[in-house]
Amino acid sequence: MHRRIVLAAALSLTAFSVHSQDSSGRNLAAGCAICHGTEGRPAPGAPLIALAGLPRDHIATQMRAFRDGKRPATVMHQIAKGYNDAQIDAMAAWFAAQKR
Amino acid sequence: MRRRDFLKLAGAVSLAGCATATPSKARVVVIGGGFGGATAAKYIRLWDPSIDVVLIERDAEFVSCPISNLVLAGYSSMKDITRDRSGLARHGVQLVRDEAVAIDAGKKTVRLAGGGEIGYERLIVSPGIDFMSGEVEGYDAALQSGSVLHAWKAGAQTAALRQKLEQMRDGGVYLLSIPLAPYRCPPGPYERASMVAAYLKQAKPRSKVLVLDANPDVTSKGPLFKRAWSELYPGLIEYRGGAKVVAVSAGSVRTEFDTVAADVLNVVPPQRAGDIAEKAGLITTNKRWCDVDWRTMESKAVKGVHVLGDATLSAALMPKSGSMANNHGKIAAAAIVELLGGRSPQPVKILNTCYSFVAEKEAIRVSSVHEWDGNTLTPVKGAGGVSAARSEAEAGYAWNWARTIWADSLS
Repeated sequence: MHRRIVLAAALSLTAFSVHSQDSSGRNLAAGCAICHGTEGRPAPGAPLIALAGLPRDHIATQMRAFRDGKRPATVMHQIAKGYNDAQIDAMAAWFAAQKR
Repeated sequence: MRRRDFLKLAGAVSLAGCATATPSKARVVVIGGGFGGATAAKYIRLWDPSIDVVLIERDAEFVSCPISNLVLAGYSSMKDITRDRSGLARHGVQLVRDEAVAIDAGKKTVRLAGGGEIGYERLIVSPGIDFMSGEVEGYDAALQSGSVLHAWKAGAQTAALRQKLEQMRDGGVYLLSIPLAPYRCPPGPYERASMVAAYLKQAKPRSKVLVLDANPDVTSKGPLFKRAWSELYPGLIEYRGGAKVVAVSAGSVRTEFDTVAADVLNVVPPQRAGDIAEKAGLITTNKRWCDVDWRTMESKAVKGVHVLGDATLSAALMPKSGSMANNHGKIAAAAIVELLGGRSPQPVKILNTCYSFVAEKEAIRVSSVHEWDGNTLTPVKGAGGVSAARSEAEAGYAWNWARTIWADSLS
């Protein structure tokens, strides 16, 4: 079991480093799912827009606007302040890559 | 042994495509299908479908604590807050309806009340809370006879409390006793006081809500709750801070100072991590809570076992909430996927959002973002906060949150 994992890891180091880069955006985005739905897909009829498949720049720009107080909000202005530029970009890229 | 259990499991649940699984495939067992455990089970499968996930849950259906206070007011129903977990099977989670009664962390097995034993590579324990009813004299007998209710685990107790409120005479007193923090859902008792007041104001306006709080003052969203009480329910809610209930009997409670009579007794006892956590030696602190490594949710007491949700020794300013338990599930899922893949887990930044209704169509909220600081998860400075004021907009978002987190966790 253990040997098998080690072997698999040794055989595809490149794949794993890509994977771990991917997972930071994925892990950050997972927190959003409690209101925005699993993988950014809200339930039908939900009052929030789907983040899945939105353009990356649009998501990042809106998050910065919430964070910097340029876009008024009931909730998001307080949440967005919890994330730095790199984290916003990673989340935005991950959502943009999801199927609608 | 393991092979046989696997086959037994395979017989118990339908396992399309799993019959060809090799015995050496990593298996994660999850105990408890609430906001923490169900989320962890689902997200492990989403993020690495090569891992077998078995979820052990004793109850047929999930009954949500969030929104259950609206059932007390008649603004929601037991049907609304009851969900099934069948959607988890679509992700390949194997559901086992049974109760975990023992954990052998050396052999890496979980024993079930039904007699089976399941082996695991990693175990997740998300047991919720159980009550320290011995702290309140007479509690167990009063609970048994139905003269006191907690309704702090949603289900039959919720329905019974609604029925008692419906049967109460106009001019009666509903008494809510709150234990010292920490307890499940910090703003929950104050939301409950608001919802019962809303019902009484409309149906039995000569009645009263009496809140006996063991804490010195309202523990969450204090100014927002107090403003709602004075503006929406003037004279209807009496709040006493620093009033710890030490005994109950039929029709009255005793605090450290006096005896108080009421028509409906809703005494919420002090709480600790659920029983299986105690049996498995996962409780580390004050005989109540389970300390964890917040990068992985792995127990600080037992290797290979991850603990989620209300059962954990909460990090600083982290509430025992459904949102947090769901996020704990994602931390554990991310970490376990990395660990079973032979890689190092990275810390995960998580967020909390807790809504409370203060009227049928008005709600308030608290939010926070928590990040790894090299030692624990800590709130990000400058982020988070509470609602500017109670609003209908937040009530709409509260319902969206409930429906969405039920789906994110359970289907």
